[in-house]
Amino acid sequence: MSTRTLPLLFINLGGEMLYILDQRLRAQNIPSDKAKKVFVATVAEWIEEDRKRVMNDIITTMFNKKFLEELFKPQELYSKKALRTVFDRLAHASIMRLNQASMDKLYDLMTMAFKYQVLLCPRPKDILLVTFNHMDAIKDFVRDTPSILSQVDETYRQLLEIYTSLSGGEFQLIRQTLLIFFQDMHIRVSIFLKDKVQNSNGRFVLPTSGPVPYGTQTPGLIRMFSCSGEEIKRVQFRDGGNYTAALREGSFELFGDRVTKLGTNMYSVSRPVETHMSGTSKNSSQHTKVNTLPNPLAKEELNLLAKLMGGLEVQKPSHTDSGFRVNLFATDEEEEEALITRPEELSYEVINIQATKDKQANAELAKIMGEFTEAGDSSPSSSSKGDDLLAMMDGL
Amino acid sequence: MAKMYHKEKSIQIKSSASALYNNLSVLRIAPRCLTYFTVVHANVVNMVSASWDGLNYSHRQLQSKEGNVATSSSLIMQAAWCVLPSRDLLVLTSQKGIQMYESDGSIMVYWHALDTPETPTAQAVFARGIAAVRDKYICVGVSSGSVLVFDVPSKGSNITLSEVLEEHTEPITDMASECSGSMECIADLVSADDSGTLCVWKSGGDFQLLNKIPGFDTSCSSVKLWKGTVIAGYGTGQIRLYEGVTGILHAEVNAHARWIYSLDIAPFTGLLLSAAEDSLVRVWHLTISPETNNVEVRGQKVWIQWLAKVFIPFELFHILSPYHHKFKCIY
Repeated sequence: MSTRTLPLLFINLGGEMLYILDQRLRAQNIPSDKAKKVFVATVAEWIEEDRKRVMNDIITTMFNKKFLEELFKPQELYSKKALRTVFDRLAHASIMRLNQASMDKLYDLMTMAFKYQVLLCPRPKDILLVTFNHMDAIKDFVRDTPSILSQVDETYRQLLEIYTSLSGGEFQLIRQTLLIFFQDMHIRVSIFLKDKVQNSNGRFVLPTSGPVPYGTQTPGLIRMFSCSGEEIKRVQFRDGGNYTAALREGSFELFGDRVTKLGTNMYSVSRPVETHMSGTSKNSSQHTKVNTLPNPLAKEELNLLAKLMGGLEVQKPSHTDSGFRVNLFATDEEEEEALITRPEELSYEVINIQATKDKQANAELAKIMGEFTEAGDSSPSSSSKGDDLLAMMDGL
Repeated sequence: MAKMYHKEKSIQIKSSASALYNNLSVLRIAPRCLTYFTVVHANVVNMVSASWDGLNYSHRQLQSKEGNVATSSSLIMQAAWCVLPSRDLLVLTSQKGIQMYESDGSIMVYWHALDTPETPTAQAVFARGIAAVRDKYICVGVSSGSVLVFDVPSKGSNITLSEVLEEHTEPITDMASECSGSMECIADLVSADDSGTLCVWKSGGDFQLLNKIPGFDTSCSSVKLWKGTVIAGYGTGQIRLYEGVTGILHAEVNAHARWIYSLDIAPFTGLLLSAAEDSLVRVWHLTISPETNNVEVRGQKVWIQWLAKVFIPFELFHILSPYHHKFKCIY
């Protein structure tokens, strides 16, 4: 449908991912081997430095110039598989490591959070305000690093250029495209359940009270006019909801009060992230046949993905050890348990990508593969390094 | 006002409804005591055939089509039955083109491909907005703003594109033909677009533009034409009633707190249903007073959580709430 959806999907999901990782990195216990390396700096400083580095690395990768250029071109949305693959890559663009179960959980949280924001947006254009909330937070994460800050600012400018002139109808088309993408996803998120914005069947609650969207009148008035245009009658009806007048409009500029809270960071150390995977109801496990159809666009999409991967600048980890692992669960045991018990229909498939024949892209991919081989782990297909991105994924 | 409806048995459909305007179409087949329903889910149309005694249901799925490809993932924007005197056709509009089927969905009788560019452009390409007009026309809207007029023979597949109407410059959202059954009405068709512009047409060998009612920078997502009155639902949650031929605004209703997704009208009683993203369905009563020729609107609030179909003898309402995959039939 809308060919302008992908940048918003990517940036908002990326923003949610950063909120979650930031929270987990703050809450994470010190890995025992790290503790041994501490002899000068205090423990707190070391952890703070690592956390900032992970965030900077991921944000740098997210806003890579070539990648964004491709992203902002008019195109259909990626398939679910392709998008998940991009975020797998993004999550591993630093020294941080995530196990399969943690990556699955991270992705569940990201997608359900953005689905919630899209659904609850008072008017379709507010999706842009949600995007700006994410961008504002990302800017805050990298405020001490001017080089990355300028990349983020550049992205702001592109967003402003492309989206501020779109009509309400075009934004609704973007919103409908996103809702179709998220259709039938009903993973329950602890924070949403606690706040009663999500029901136990995984559906979100639509409030029938509160301020109406900007540009809408509170329901209740019928006005009737004569042929000459004079108002001849007014009738009030009881509107059944409990709506109040609209708030002021959020700012669509580089800086400003966005007014809406959707897209701001809802996690904190005291409100940890969790998902419920067990006992998925019959309804939520109903999944469409759409995903299993061969996708005629898949080949194009995969080539593009390969191009994007080639364009991703990967920070070479200055530590030669294998980085540190982040766990999205409370304990390692829980994480292992989650992997085993994950319902079949909710498993994400990551794409096997054949690298393009383009020599330059191959070189880039080989470079990436080289970067991401675990220390001491030889690449399983060292003879065909440029050919199979699957090997790269497996080597993580 | 006495209660105008009562709830009946639920009908389960095979998958959830996609978030699209006017996403439910209904066809009553009185001789066979059957009602057909269609709901769009991404690239598939779910069709249910329900017997009036509520005992028999049968399901069918139709896929979007794309050139010479066997299966397509292109998204369907709308599915609707077109009732013509000689035949009923089921029309599907997607990102790639327009498919027309025999009314039970068994055979595709016509395929019209849209001009889709090699590389995607900023302006999305799709067809949306379906209406059967008079004896032999089926009109379909396009994202460019064009309205395609198809000439439909009384049987067979020799359907031809007879005219392209170029008045709108924004994507077509919905279209509707005069539904009162009166032959006195001059206007046959109304088309609406994303800017809220409404075009009122008279059908014929060459369709004639009777009036162009300007929008007010708000998308009109659903439209009906009844006794010459254009009933339009907007993204701001407002419903407006215009006299089609003159463009005179009869009434303005602050009906909903969110975007209106669907309207339907029962032609003989003037009962209007509006459904919006605020999760409410509202029932309105429209009366045309002959002395002043004014249209009056009275409202009655109603809370319906699921999609509701209201049936007053000889008349039908239908609305659909997105994402729900069960709906209740109200007879």
